[in-house]
Amino acid sequence: MTDKNKSVLANALDNTVSWVDERFPLTSNIKAHLTEYYAPKNFNFWYFFGSLAMLVLVLQIVTGIFLTMHYKPDADLAFGSVEYIMRDVPWGWLIRYMHSTGASMFFVVVYLHMFRGIIYSSYRNPRELIWLFGVAIFLCLMGEAFFGYLLPWGQMSYWGAQVIVNLFSAIPFVGPDVSEWLRGDYLVSDATLNRFFAFHVIALPLVLLGLVVTHLIALHEVGSNNPDGIEIKKLKDKKTGIPLDGIAFHPYYTVKDLVGVVVFLMVFSAIIFFAPEMGGYFLEANNFVPADALKTPAHIAPVWYFTPYYSILRAVPPVMNSQFPGVAAMGLSVMVFALLPWLDKGAVKSIRYRGSLYKKWLAAFVVSFIVLGYLGTVPSNIWGQFGSMLGNADRATVVARVFTVIYFAFFILMPWYTKKDKTLPVPERVTG
Amino acid sequence: MKKALFVLALLPLLVLPQLAAANEDMHLDKAPIDVSNHESLQRGARTFTNYCLNCHSVNYMRYNRLQEIGLTEQQIKDNLIFTGDKVGDLMKVAMNKKEAKTWFGVAPPDLSVEVRARGADWIYSYMRGFYRDSTRPTGWNNTVYDKVAMPHIMYELQGEQTLNHETHELTLTKPGKLSVAEYDALVGDLTNYLAFVSEPAKQQRNHMGWFVLLFLGVLLVLTYKLKKAYWKDIH
Repeated sequence: MTDKNKSVLANALDNTVSWVDERFPLTSNIKAHLTEYYAPKNFNFWYFFGSLAMLVLVLQIVTGIFLTMHYKPDADLAFGSVEYIMRDVPWGWLIRYMHSTGASMFFVVVYLHMFRGIIYSSYRNPRELIWLFGVAIFLCLMGEAFFGYLLPWGQMSYWGAQVIVNLFSAIPFVGPDVSEWLRGDYLVSDATLNRFFAFHVIALPLVLLGLVVTHLIALHEVGSNNPDGIEIKKLKDKKTGIPLDGIAFHPYYTVKDLVGVVVFLMVFSAIIFFAPEMGGYFLEANNFVPADALKTPAHIAPVWYFTPYYSILRAVPPVMNSQFPGVAAMGLSVMVFALLPWLDKGAVKSIRYRGSLYKKWLAAFVVSFIVLGYLGTVPSNIWGQFGSMLGNADRATVVARVFTVIYFAFFILMPWYTKKDKTLPVPERVTG
Repeated sequence: MKKALFVLALLPLLVLPQLAAANEDMHLDKAPIDVSNHESLQRGARTFTNYCLNCHSVNYMRYNRLQEIGLTEQQIKDNLIFTGDKVGDLMKVAMNKKEAKTWFGVAPPDLSVEVRARGADWIYSYMRGFYRDSTRPTGWNNTVYDKVAMPHIMYELQGEQTLNHETHELTLTKPGKLSVAEYDALVGDLTNYLAFVSEPAKQQRNHMGWFVLLFLGVLLVLTYKLKKAYWKDIH
């Protein structure tokens, strides 16, 4: 079909698109997911982090591909190949810092994204599956970060992996065999490095991408929640069928997210160019010492994004000489997020209309998460010991125990306090 | 609200480095680090190749990278390479690790990223912390690294120090070729050089950062205006 009012080029484009459309649902997909996907118009600051997580994922994959071209997954060469990337590969330092900073920023963005989900109860009916896919993404991301952290083959890489793999040996009966099977050796070695490399660059990225797709398909099926926690699909324009409070994702949210992307890139660049080690939190000093199986560092700590769970692991005392309760508590502290859709019995979704009881519990949870996170980065004798009356216990360990209890209480008691909470009336239409 | 959140997000940038620095309990002197000071780096390179490079390799650094601190290839060849190495070679040592271990009890570590592993202040203090100790096989001990295997390589320059075990203070009992101030400056330059070696791209990184931020700043204004223009009709 040619339209005489259009230029030759425009006609050629139209014809190409209709040729594709007859064979592939291009235009219909663009409409369904962008130009005619209606999102609530009242998204605020917290709604930037979904698209930012996708941006970081892409950055990690692209920088990861370039790193793979120069990195050597070999216990004798790995440490040197990272320094080779930092020195001899053109722009290698930039690619490596983007990847190492990207790992930490991925968790920053994902934690903020999860926090958004919690404060506006985005996990609740009908979005339970979006949340479950999200929790799966989070677990996958933790695995990805853990496997990747071994690759630079520094002292922290090595001993961090040693500690984490050894956790599995606390599982009753099968534990020691499981951890040996994971390592592929009696200690972390070249065999471990090679399999972790395979998991890091192939296995988990594939799973991660698949999960992100399902996360988005589920989201676009039910539509986004919003800061008021009300369903915009309940009130639609009678003629067009478009939600009254909905606006097309493209162009409105694409241009808005673009602003978020630039602000994020400014923070990201500031770290990469001026503080790539982030004071030892993104790149640890000890990891600039090559891995040595005979020299255990005095203080082994995981990277900051794992420290809240690591604190919980250390806080739980061994039972009958078995570390298993601590390991189980740590596993549970991560998995428990998956239960949120069914634990929350509140009459409203958004924190805007919740009562003070819920807000107090949420604040207690945030404080525990941060305190546990801090305590996980430091040795447990950091604050000294209590007197002999309290059994000379490490102060920091006792504090970690208290906050571990609060951490779990936030979830366990949620059905009770969300039901009892005095909520405010929810408006019909979204507010600013 | 939004401003408060932004400030909160930036807060860790200010606090974290201090937290990380506070975990060392021993006292370290502040090293005079300035990797843009080429003269200091060149002096450091000279000290390093003369005194350290016999035992300590810098396996990830190439000689010709010293062009970045203002030396020409010819200057590097004439003044800093004492072996048959080519100017593009890595700064390796001939010492065999196994033999070194039998001689010293521990093989001298590669110093490519030593500043990133221990910090510049540690190295600066360590190199000034040697004192006479007859109980040690080498006759030397160190205030920063107790029972260190390394002998005091530059004792001719610094002289001999002894440690007062009660006050934990060092006193110079036998002066060397250099005054205290001259020796401190020499070690300062050496530490500065090792800081450069540990991350040769650092200066380029810091320099580039400003342009990247400037570009993103302009982009921020443009994208913000674009967003405003599109959202005019949304109420």
